[in-house]
Amino acid sequence: MRRQLALLIVLPVLLVTTAHGADNSRNRDYEVVVADPFIEMHTGAGRGYPVFYVVERGRHVKVLKRRTDWFLVRTERGMEGWVTREQLLATLDLDGKPVDLHEPSRTDYTTRRWEAGVFLGDFGGADEISAYAGYALSNNLSVEVTASHAIGNFSNSLIGEIGLAHVFAPEWRVSPLFTIGTGFINTKPKATLVQTQDRNDELAYVGVGLRGYLTRRFSARLEYRSNVVFTSRNDNEEIDEWKLGFTFFF
Amino acid sequence: MEVRVHVLLLTVALMATLPGCAFMGKGRDRQAAASDADASAPGEHAVIEPEVTRRKIKTPKIRNSDFELGAYYGIISIEDFGSNSVYGASLSYHLTEDFFLEATFGQSRAGKTSYETLSGAAQLLTSKERDYRYYALSAGWDALPGEIFLGRNRAYNTALYLLGGVGSTHFAGDEHFTVNLGAGYRILMTNWLAMHMDVRDYLFDSDLLGKKKTTNNIEARIGVSVFF
Repeated sequence: MRRQLALLIVLPVLLVTTAHGADNSRNRDYEVVVADPFIEMHTGAGRGYPVFYVVERGRHVKVLKRRTDWFLVRTERGMEGWVTREQLLATLDLDGKPVDLHEPSRTDYTTRRWEAGVFLGDFGGADEISAYAGYALSNNLSVEVTASHAIGNFSNSLIGEIGLAHVFAPEWRVSPLFTIGTGFINTKPKATLVQTQDRNDELAYVGVGLRGYLTRRFSARLEYRSNVVFTSRNDNEEIDEWKLGFTFFF
Repeated sequence: MEVRVHVLLLTVALMATLPGCAFMGKGRDRQAAASDADASAPGEHAVIEPEVTRRKIKTPKIRNSDFELGAYYGIISIEDFGSNSVYGASLSYHLTEDFFLEATFGQSRAGKTSYETLSGAAQLLTSKERDYRYYALSAGWDALPGEIFLGRNRAYNTALYLLGGVGSTHFAGDEHFTVNLGAGYRILMTNWLAMHMDVRDYLFDSDLLGKKKTTNNIEARIGVSVFF
């Protein structure tokens, strides 16, 4: 317990040192020229934080980092503050060209590499929480790895799956998708029931769903999966699975 | 006679053409001289090779710092099992300036129920079953951004956030589907370091004491986090 506690303290410290080391080396040169009449610097990355400084047109500022739609900039006089993306879009780079702050949109989904998401669902009557990560093989097809935790009245299950997902039309706002895959399921009966054994079984699934684009890099996904668990008993078990989730791509 | 006339005409013709031939020779010499001159001065007619190095175009590579990793310590009141210390870690991803997702892992250890304390000997749970562990996936809303003022010259950015989510609690040898609701206060000490004060309620159904009921397990904690 003490060791874990120490780890909890050490980990953020390590992260800070590495993150800030990387910060200085990579962003040393990124400088822009203000092209709007002026840009406003806020004390924090949000519209609720006050404007404390204004940089005029023609002045140079360095862009240090980004948090959501806000950019931390440093002026020639060394003042640091947060500027919105809208205002920074009107700045120019040192060649006099507008700064390209690419914002992911619906069309970028077709060229995604990675996506990930979390789901809340129902796994044969049990409450299910699951997370997945996917790697795109083509515009339509991706490989997905899913980890799920189903918590029921009589048993709890841990499920690991690998499969293929085919998004029928990735360029549409709402598109059907099809999934197929295989995995394993570990089922643990509730402690309050009479002594029963843990079970490890293989399973396979086919599924159908809808993927709806929300905004920026975010989508919602509704999915139905029909699972077949290959039990060690005489007959296989069939489990219906419904889930709704939130996904984002890179 | 005829021959003499022929010789005369031929002589005249020769006289007329020879200087011309001499001229031709001269002309050829001049051309040769001109081409020699061309070869010796290549800059006059050759294609100009620009000696400009191509400038490297650097697309902006601005580091994102949308993730927040934190650790916390506090007190959790496990319903019927007393209040105990709790510690854990959390990872947040800020989607927009208003919303974020958070994954939390925490652990504590349950104490004794009043019945166990009063009866003396009776034990409802084994020592191992008293381990209390949970995870939660939550969505948060930075509802009230603001500032906190310390003295005259110091101001820190803050945000009061509300959050809720789902997860699982491992307690008494069982997993329980858990809903969590809470509120917290984030104080940004710098652009990358924050202090947190949170209150969460973890709700799950339990039939541990004979009758099924929804338990409220309220946690109060303080924490520190870094943005990266």
